Amino acid sequence: MGFDLANLFSVALGAILVNNFIFSQFLGICPFMGVSKKIDTAAGMGIAVTFVMGLASAICWPINQFLLVNPAIYGEGGPNLAFMQTVVFILVIAALVQFIEMFLKKSMPSLYEALGIYLPLITTNCAVLGVVLQNTQNGYDFITSVVYGITGGLGFMLAIVIFASIRERLTFSECPKAFEGFPIALMTAGLVALSFMGFSGLKVF
Amino acid sequence: MNFQIVIIAVVILAALGALFGLVLGFAAKVFAVEVDPKEEAVLGCLPGANCGGCGFAGCSGYAAAVAKGAAPVNACAAGGEAVAAQIAEIMGVSAGAMVKQLAQVHCTGCGQNYKQYEYVGLHDCVAASKVPGGGALSCAYGCLGLGSCEKACPFDAIHVIDGVAKVDEEKCKACGKCVDICPRHIIALEPYKTKRHVTIPCSSHDKGVDARKVCDNGCIGCSLCAKNCPKEAITMVNNLAVIDYEKCIGCGICAQKCPRKLITVDGKVPEVKPAAPKAAPAAAPAAAAAPKAEAPKAEAPAEPKE
Repeated sequence: MGFDLANLFSVALGAILVNNFIFSQFLGICPFMGVSKKIDTAAGMGIAVTFVMGLASAICWPINQFLLVNPAIYGEGGPNLAFMQTVVFILVIAALVQFIEMFLKKSMPSLYEALGIYLPLITTNCAVLGVVLQNTQNGYDFITSVVYGITGGLGFMLAIVIFASIRERLTFSECPKAFEGFPIALMTAGLVALSFMGFSGLKVF
Repeated sequence: MNFQIVIIAVVILAALGALFGLVLGFAAKVFAVEVDPKEEAVLGCLPGANCGGCGFAGCSGYAAAVAKGAAPVNACAAGGEAVAAQIAEIMGVSAGAMVKQLAQVHCTGCGQNYKQYEYVGLHDCVAASKVPGGGALSCAYGCLGLGSCEKACPFDAIHVIDGVAKVDEEKCKACGKCVDICPRHIIALEPYKTKRHVTIPCSSHDKGVDARKVCDNGCIGCSLCAKNCPKEAITMVNNLAVIDYEKCIGCGICAQKCPRKLITVDGKVPEVKPAAPKAAPAAAPAAAAAPKAEAPKAEAPAEPKE
């Protein structure tokens, strides 16, 4: 496929709007609900997720390509270990997040402070696992994988920042007693997801 | 059954796990950040309430600043002198004496019977202060009594009782959270250095005539307290008597003189002893004392008319 800019753009647009991780794939809902009370923290989480998603895509692609779906390295008639993808990727993501945390603490303390507690929280963010699994399922090459990871993270950031700004207003608006707090927040998320359905069918070509 | 595939899968996963484990272990050594042991020790003695009373972002922020020598050892309001002494021991300096401070609500709630309208809205002072008129109270300076300070207090030390915020002196750690949140700015930290703490619980800058219309015993700016203070510790600031605690000796003369019975000593309005204080000035400098004594009388009958 080579370096196909139009294709990359299509993938990026799809990851941000059409197949938004939160609103159309329902991945990463836990941090989406948990850290969306303020716009500042929501943006911090979004940046951290984008960072980790891009890196996880870059690390998982060679591991998948050379260790799991490459029977040749196990000798003649070796097994295809594609069924191991999920468990291996979980391991990789957990180790990666730990490593990034240590690395940032030492070399980029300012970024470490800015990301704060969100970095370790990402270990359990299923959107990260989702992005690497989709990379393999869609058969993306290395560059497309990384682009899909980063733009998927941007889509997550867009979703969480939009939702946080609504939720800030939600706190001060009147709503029926039974819906106060999480119920109304979940309903709002549903409505925003509905509006994101308007992007479905959007195609570059 | 092909056991080869199982073995390979297990080996691959174990190898990856071991590899990542080694990398992480190695990285922990390479990227180890030296944390000042003093910082951890200081953090250990702090109360951990993260109240922010010291002006830093939580207890860890303060501990880091202390370890660097950028912050004084006795800045933790919540921990008080005990914590200051512990930190001083760790840092090898003397803590110095801390003046105990307490939050003081400068309102007696005397204006509650004077409402300009019925406020039906969010049960929160900050929200109420945003509506036209700034809440139900006619007095533009009084406590709204909707408990924003109560919610802000991390120590459960301030409560709205009978419509006005009251500080629990035992629990208050002077962190200043209530001072910051109060939309009417009527809470302040006051030093409790004298045995008898004198306070003027009113924030009204209204002129006497206007103040009478909206409350029962708020400060009317008559300045009797300021004139009678032996240490000149009370000044009139825009129709409101304000105590300078650097000068106040806690004699309580101002509380005796106050025609509105507003000033309190140790939280109580002292009973006016009519015989002793009035007889003395009447005997010696009669000319000077007479007009002063008349002032409260002149104001007192004016009340019922309004």
